[in-house]
Amino acid sequence: MPVTLPSSLRDAAGLIERRDLSPVELTRACLDRIAAVDADLHAFITVTADIALADAARAEREITAGRYLGALHGIPVSLKDLVDLGGTPTTSGSAVPPRRPDRDAVVTANLRRAGAIVVGKTNLHEFAFGTTSDETAFGAVRNPHDVSRSPGGSSGGAAVSIVERMCYAAVGTDTGGSIRIPSAACGIVGFKPRIGEISTDGVVALSTTLDHVGPMAGTVADAALTYFAMRDGHVRQADVAGLDNDPVTVGVPGPYFLDTLDPEVRRLFGDARATLARAGHEVVDVAIEHAERTADVYLHIVLPEASWYHAALLERHADKYSPGVRLRLEMGRYVLAEDYVRAIHARAALGRAVDRALERVDALLLPSLAIPAPPIGAASVDVDGAKEPVRAIMLRLTQLFNITGHPAIALPMGRGRDGLPRGLQLVGHRGSTNELLAAAIVVERQLAGKEAS
Amino acid sequence: MRPDVAAWLARARADAEGRGLTALVPLLEALARSTAALRDANFDAGPDGPAETTHARDAAE
Repeated sequence: MPVTLPSSLRDAAGLIERRDLSPVELTRACLDRIAAVDADLHAFITVTADIALADAARAEREITAGRYLGALHGIPVSLKDLVDLGGTPTTSGSAVPPRRPDRDAVVTANLRRAGAIVVGKTNLHEFAFGTTSDETAFGAVRNPHDVSRSPGGSSGGAAVSIVERMCYAAVGTDTGGSIRIPSAACGIVGFKPRIGEISTDGVVALSTTLDHVGPMAGTVADAALTYFAMRDGHVRQADVAGLDNDPVTVGVPGPYFLDTLDPEVRRLFGDARATLARAGHEVVDVAIEHAERTADVYLHIVLPEASWYHAALLERHADKYSPGVRLRLEMGRYVLAEDYVRAIHARAALGRAVDRALERVDALLLPSLAIPAPPIGAASVDVDGAKEPVRAIMLRLTQLFNITGHPAIALPMGRGRDGLPRGLQLVGHRGSTNELLAAAIVVERQLAGKEAS
Repeated sequence: MRPDVAAWLARARADAEGRGLTALVPLLEALARSTAALRDANFDAGPDGPAETTHARDAAE
C-alpha cells in the first residue's frame, strides 16, 4: 500500500518513534517520489538508493530493538553535491572530473550518526559559483512552482528536493546566499548558521572566508532539528521544543536593503512587518553603516579565493567548466593582493556595523530575495521599471551576512499575485544562534496565523 | 576612473585579450568600477569617528 508522506520532518519523526511508520517505507516512498518527478526538475545528480535502503533497514532494526537515536533517525535527507559521501563521486555540478572521497564529510558523518538516511546528491550551480542553478553539467534545475523559472541557487536542487518532498531535510552551502536565495525562490526555510558552526571539512570550497554549511527544510523547527544533528551528530525533539522567544523585537535595516525590491516583495514584507507589530512584537528601524559597499567587499574576497581553489583545475580542465563560471574564476586571477587585503579589513568594519544595528533588537528583519524566481537563463530582470543584473540583485540582501558571519535564516512570507513565493530573512547576534532560531519560530508562527485567518 | 584603477584595467584588458579571453573584458570593466569604489571607501569612519588605522599605529611606533 503506498505510504502517505508525512507533511514535516517532525511529523515523520513522531511516526517513526512510535513505530507507526517504518524508515524503510518512508525511504522507499521518497525514492519513488524522486523517480516520479525528478526527470523534469533535475534536482538530483546521484540517487543513492542502495545506500539509503541499507541504512533504512539498519535504522528499522535499531528502532525495533529499542535503540531510537532521536529526531533524525530514519529520516531521508539529501546532500548538495559539494558535500562528500564516502564511496560516491562529488561532482560539484561540473563536467570537470569529480573528486572521489573515501570518507564522509564531517557534516555527512554527523547526520548519519544521528540516524539520517542519505537518498542522494543534489544538483547545484556549478561549483556553487552562481545564484540560478542553470549553469550545471547535469541539466538546469527547474522551480516546481513554475518550471520555466530557476529555483535560485546555488543550492537549487536541495531546495527542490524539499518542495517536492523527495526528502525531509537538505544540506546546502551558502557563500553569498546560496541557501537563503533558493529557499526564498522555492518557499521553504533555509538556515545559514554563524560562520564555523558547521564544519566545512569534506565540502568543496568556493571561498574559505565566506563559505557556510546549513540545513534547508519545510519549517523552522525542521531546519533547527537538522542543524543540531549536522553540528552535534545527535538531536532530540526536545532540543527544539524549548526554542521560543515571544514577543520579539526586530530591527529593519534601510535604505540599501529596501530600495530595490520587486513590488510584491515590498508589499508582502510590509504586510509581514505590520502583522508582527499588530501582534505586539516591536518593529524598529535600524541602520547598517557601509552597507552600500557590501557587493564591492564581497567581490574582492570571493573572486580571488575561488580562483585560488580552482587554479590547478583551470590549468588542466578549463574547457570543461561552464563558460560563465570559468570567466568568473578567471576574473579572480586579476584581483590585486592589496585589494583582497583591503576587503578583508573592510569585513571587520562591516561586522561591527551589523553588531551595532543589532544592539537593541533580537534580530534584524529584511527580505531575503529582492525578486521572485527569475526565468531560467535570464541575465537581467526588470525590478520595478529598472533593469538589474540577475546575479547581483539575487545576492544583494544576503551576502553581507556571509561577509560578517552572523547567523541568518530565510523563511516564507507568502506568495505574490503571480503565485511565486517570496521570502523574508532574520539575522541574529553572533554567538546567539539558538536565540535566532527561537525568534524565527515566533515569526513563522505569527505569519502562519495571518495566512490562516 | 581613478588613474591607479585605470592603469590596472589597461594591463588586465591587454592580458585577457592576449590570452584570447575577450569575453572577460566587460567583466574586468565592472570589476574595475568595484575596485575603485572599494579603494574610495573609508571603512574606518564609524559613528564614533575614525578608528585608529594600521597606518596611524605604525606612525606612532
